[in-house]
Amino acid sequence: MKWISLAAAIMLAALPFTAHAVEPDEILDDPGLEARAREISKDLRCVVCQNQDIDSSNAGVARDLRLLVRERLVAGDTDAEVIEFVRARYGDFVLLKPPFKPGTYALWLAPAVLFLFGAGTAIVVLRNNRKRLVAAKLSDEDERMVAEILATEKGDKS
Amino acid sequence: MKRAVAALPILIALVFGAFFLWGLNPDRDPNAIPSVLITQSAPDFDLPAIEGVDVPGLSRRDLTGSAEPVLVNVFASWCVPCRAEHAVLTRMVERDGVRLFGINYKDKPEDARAWLENLGNPYERIGSDLNGRAGIEWGISGVPETFIVAGDGTVLYRYVGPVVGAEAEEKFATALAQARTWKGGNP
Repeated sequence: MKWISLAAAIMLAALPFTAHAVEPDEILDDPGLEARAREISKDLRCVVCQNQDIDSSNAGVARDLRLLVRERLVAGDTDAEVIEFVRARYGDFVLLKPPFKPGTYALWLAPAVLFLFGAGTAIVVLRNNRKRLVAAKLSDEDERMVAEILATEKGDKS
Repeated sequence: MKRAVAALPILIALVFGAFFLWGLNPDRDPNAIPSVLITQSAPDFDLPAIEGVDVPGLSRRDLTGSAEPVLVNVFASWCVPCRAEHAVLTRMVERDGVRLFGINYKDKPEDARAWLENLGNPYERIGSDLNGRAGIEWGISGVPETFIVAGDGTVLYRYVGPVVGAEAEEKFATALAQARTWKGGNP
């Protein structure tokens, strides 16, 4: 029992380290720069394992890019400059958040367009339903005629 | 209006059908990373020779000045497909007289030396890229990769993976033939 809890404790203690591939020798001494490097790394896609950011990828190229990001930061680049540096070599493909430009209009606008289309369809359908409900009610003229007929029927019976 | 609404499902089915047709096309490789270098000037790099190998190093300057397009091949001794590709590259150099330059990517000098002694050296110059920085300048995602560079230093073509097998070799030969007829501007 003791062993199990000890093993569990070790596993839980190791948990924070499993998610990241950043190795100790990569980490910068300046915690501020390191934090910025981590944030930038999370926006950059690994070109080998393509659905991972370089911050969590163990691929060799991802490690090189992490080192490059840190090197640029130490050299005094702004976050935008660092990202531009990598983008100039690997293209928009490395950005996990694609830029908004003519080539990506469909990507960015499709959700909104589809939502508006759906909402529009729903509104039209609901409106038609309401019209049908109104039509199902008798008009004043009809009501009068029905009352008249009912009155004469009652008159006949009595 | 009624008629337009009635045609709507067909229209939607057509749009989605076209999308699936495009997406399921076996020729489309969703993992392909478009190179930003194509039609751009080759990146600046300057690599020393591999330690203990009697082949000069490689820098951007070496790629320019030739009338014919040249090849830049990124390889490593630890890369198994590179071994298969080596024979193809050697044949291109010996039979077609192509000028071939190598970037030895993240390789131990002694391993690279043994590899070249074992298989022969088709490269005119080889730069040793120990830390992979030149690889990043070229925007590579792995090895092997082969670039076709025009005489003025413009990158015309990039092939990801080994140029091995009839289909790959034909594709590459076509690109090389196109590169030979390239006279500035967009290819």
